[in-house]
Amino acid sequence: MDVRVANVRKEFDRFPALHDVSLDIRSGELIALLGPSGSGKTTLLRLIAGLETPTRGAIYFGDEDASHRTIQERNVGFVFQHYALFRHMTVADNIGFGLKVRPGATRPPKVEIRKRARELLDLVQLSGLEDRYPAQLSGGQRQRVALARAMAIEPKVLLLDEPFGALDAQVRRELRRWLRDIHDATGHTTVFVTHDQEEALELADRVVVMSQGRIEQVGTADEVYDTPNSPFVYGFIGDSSSVPVKIEAGQVWIDERPIGLSVPAASNGDATLYFRPHDVELLDGCSGCIAGTVVASRRVAGTRRVELEFGGHQQRVEIELPVEHPAAQKSRVAFRPRRWKIFPQEA
Amino acid sequence: MADFVSTASLHAEKNRATATTESRATRWVLLALAFGFIALFLLLPLILVFAEALKRGVGPYLEALGDSDTLSAIRLTLLVAAISVPLNLIFGIAAAWAIAKFEFKGKAFLITLIDLPFSVSPVISGLVYVLLFGSSSLLGPWLKSYGIEILFAVPGIVLATVFVTFPFVARELIPLMQEQGTGDEEAALSLGANGWQAFWYVTLPNIKWGLLYGVLLCNARAMGEFGAVSVVSGHIRGLTNTMPLHVEILYNEYNAVAAFAVASLLAGLALVTLVLKTILEIHYGHAIAGSRGH
Repeated sequence: MDVRVANVRKEFDRFPALHDVSLDIRSGELIALLGPSGSGKTTLLRLIAGLETPTRGAIYFGDEDASHRTIQERNVGFVFQHYALFRHMTVADNIGFGLKVRPGATRPPKVEIRKRARELLDLVQLSGLEDRYPAQLSGGQRQRVALARAMAIEPKVLLLDEPFGALDAQVRRELRRWLRDIHDATGHTTVFVTHDQEEALELADRVVVMSQGRIEQVGTADEVYDTPNSPFVYGFIGDSSSVPVKIEAGQVWIDERPIGLSVPAASNGDATLYFRPHDVELLDGCSGCIAGTVVASRRVAGTRRVELEFGGHQQRVEIELPVEHPAAQKSRVAFRPRRWKIFPQEA
Repeated sequence: MADFVSTASLHAEKNRATATTESRATRWVLLALAFGFIALFLLLPLILVFAEALKRGVGPYLEALGDSDTLSAIRLTLLVAAISVPLNLIFGIAAAWAIAKFEFKGKAFLITLIDLPFSVSPVISGLVYVLLFGSSSLLGPWLKSYGIEILFAVPGIVLATVFVTFPFVARELIPLMQEQGTGDEEAALSLGANGWQAFWYVTLPNIKWGLLYGVLLCNARAMGEFGAVSVVSGHIRGLTNTMPLHVEILYNEYNAVAAFAVASLLAGLALVTLVLKTILEIHYGHAIAGSRGH
């Protein structure tokens, strides 16, 4: 099922949570809504589900305008951050709930519901736990039950709100791979919300980066990581370093000196240079580079992070060096970003 | 290692005994005070009620209870409870649902209003109905012209009882439902349940212990209410006398055995309520712990 969000605006008590958001989700896609808290990602997910109604704009399921359909009519599978399992029901009853509440004509017989619950438990690798109660399960197991319950109604779209948010790191990684497998096996159109970029980049076909109620960028993991289209995306996804610069005559300048990067298309004026701290070229003395004094050096996992102070205004910038690199021992380091981007200074 | 731990914990216990606990004498005095107080003001009167009721033996006791006026008082009390408890059950769920599950203007005001019967003297609650439906009021004569008697009749007693007991269920449910939030209901709706199914299969099981607890307290108060009912009932023997009112009348007639016999029924009700309440608290405690578990 294709899902199309068209110019949706959502206000809570006059306070806008989403401004004019548009998004096309293709059938069978696995989409991540990624952003810091307050970016509107959960609101967007709840709007798609029908748990909220848009203030303006429309949401289409296929060609049909679903904006005013109730959540029951939309037939979506929703997985809540805190699972929202029914604590007084067994695992099997939880999973069968969506089938049990169907109107008489379409309700499968009890035996059938029970059988379906068992099949879904097999799918989420929890066979044999059908008579347990939620309180007797671990966090990861509860989340799997919640997913099985959502899939029991054969939803057109599967929506997951921070599905792994309440789990510890190791279980998260495990469930991430598992969710990808389930998605590939069942082919549901799936949208999940996360604030964890690693999770979004690893899991999703496309990542929707959101900030302050707007969509900043939509793209594959490679696209949003390699060619971020805004300072926010550069800063939010992956590590980034930034340096205030000047653009003049198609060249990037720091303190009246060109640093050897040319930007033929950019207009003159103040700007900010963004680059990945590990994606730099080290130079021996230079006539066009950023050269600075090492003021701090920290070992972070397999690399060494070096903080350089440069220029007349004692600006600081951070780069990453291989641990064994000779430059890491020096007191002065000169470098030039290998891959970088210039964003004009925001007014 | 294990030795170390056990010694440490021993020390901890010893330290706690000296650091945070009062001396033996103080402890003894406090305990004696607490138990003495309970014995004097609660246990002794309770024993006295039964002792007085059975003073002349079981025969007169049963005879007093078999009196036709007494039986009618018991029937009326049961009837009033049977009407007012379900009414307040429905009202309590509705009010708690509204307060806990959606936002609206005047919410704080509604919560304050629900507490009103707790803060107003029951006699005032009764007087309000006298003013509202009495012979000099607007409503009273008008209803009377249609043959509807409110005051000094069963409807008045029910009204007064409903008023006095309506906070019990709502007060019990509001914090419980607020804590549980709307997540479970949203999950039920997303799975295709309609509002009624979500309530019946999800909300109600989540609040059942709290609800039973509220109903129990509501019932105890409905059967035991004296002040408000006394004002509106008119004390007509065999017609508008509830058990507590009947006790008063019998006592004023120096019929101690009968008065205490009826009182012993009320005391028995209190004891049963207490036992059920304790059982519920155990379950209810588990239910709360379960809900915190995830």
